[in-house]
Amino acid sequence: MEITRRRLLVLLPGAAVAWKFVLAGTPEAAPNYKLTEHWWAMLIDIPKCIGCGSCVRACAEENDVPEGYFRTWIERYHVADWKIERPEVESPDGGKNGFPPHADDGGKNFFVPKLCNQCADSPCTQVCPVGATFITPDGVVLVDKSYCLGCRYCIQACPYGCRFLSPKTHTAEKCTLCYHRITKGLTTACCEVCPTGARQLADLKNPKDPIHEFLRTHTVQVLKPHMATGSKVFYNGMDGSVR
Amino acid sequence: MLGIKEHCAILGADVTGRYGAGNANLFKDIEHLIRLVAVIAIALVAFVILRAAVVPHSFGQYGHYRGAAIGEIASRPVAFAGHDTCEACHTDVVDQKKLGKHVVIACEACHGALAKHVDDPGSVQPKKLDTAIVCARCHEANSAKPKNFPQVATADHSGGIACDTCHQPHRPKIETAKTETEGKK
Repeated sequence: MEITRRRLLVLLPGAAVAWKFVLAGTPEAAPNYKLTEHWWAMLIDIPKCIGCGSCVRACAEENDVPEGYFRTWIERYHVADWKIERPEVESPDGGKNGFPPHADDGGKNFFVPKLCNQCADSPCTQVCPVGATFITPDGVVLVDKSYCLGCRYCIQACPYGCRFLSPKTHTAEKCTLCYHRITKGLTTACCEVCPTGARQLADLKNPKDPIHEFLRTHTVQVLKPHMATGSKVFYNGMDGSVR
Repeated sequence: MLGIKEHCAILGADVTGRYGAGNANLFKDIEHLIRLVAVIAIALVAFVILRAAVVPHSFGQYGHYRGAAIGEIASRPVAFAGHDTCEACHTDVVDQKKLGKHVVIACEACHGALAKHVDDPGSVQPKKLDTAIVCARCHEANSAKPKNFPQVATADHSGGIACDTCHQPHRPKIETAKTETEGKK
């Protein structure tokens, strides 16, 4: 077919529309996964945590977390007798290689795993000026790497210190609740390797999830409830000294 | 000072203030307005075209963000295959684990991420583990660990020798002579 000026003018809009569909890319990777049927959360059972660091190592391996940065980490608390407002907290290398023995000089010692609280009303998504961080319809706070400017507003806004600026991509990075795993029917890497079941992934929209029974029958707390972030990481048996 | 007539002449209005001939004068310089409207219209069209070109197709699909980002993040490959996948092939280990307390522990908690081994079991082999290190990660005594969790000071307990010298890691409890011999693997 000879391309005349007239034919070219007719073909161009068609080509533009086709190109737009090419640019849009393929839709979701997990075709059977429905965004509206889940509302993800996590349960952390502090009395079960042994501070082995398996979760921290697994997270780093699963998500290619840069050395020296953490999407999840473990803190060891030491509360001397009545000094509940002055706990000693340490987290050597995020607890990645466990914790050195601590002299048992009385008081209370325990481990607290930390991660992104997947807040339903998260401060980090509210401050993002470009819509690079957002909460998905299934309740996970994610960062769109290709949209993030690296302005660090979200890092300042997070009351839990769960975000960092990746030295590789210079964009904000955080726990994705292993979104690439949970949408494929797997659990998160940290929950997969936790040897004592101290971490459990929970789907609040699934009426058969054991989380509902657990929440009914246990004394459960979230971190910094006074900040009204709508945190979805629930801590069982959490001491009042935990910040 | 200009008089009322001069003022009216400049504004294109009738001296009498009545409508009529003066009204036509009002649109005398309308081409200025047409140019202004044309510039605004061109700017508006340019903005609409530019916006359509720059804003990603899926922006606003679910909210004030790029909807396609959800699919991109979800499509990353996994590193940990999950214990269900391991158990599909290694049924002998599953049977061993069922007899001991380690039944609740996922394979990759000790053996590491092995999704690549699942993809290509022939060429990607899991590393042999040093039990003196792997077991101590959980069982080394620490005052912050729950009191009912089995812990030992490895220096006193074994003197640093590999734990699998005595214990079978998949079924760690050392039982009677009968189970000890058959449990060794």
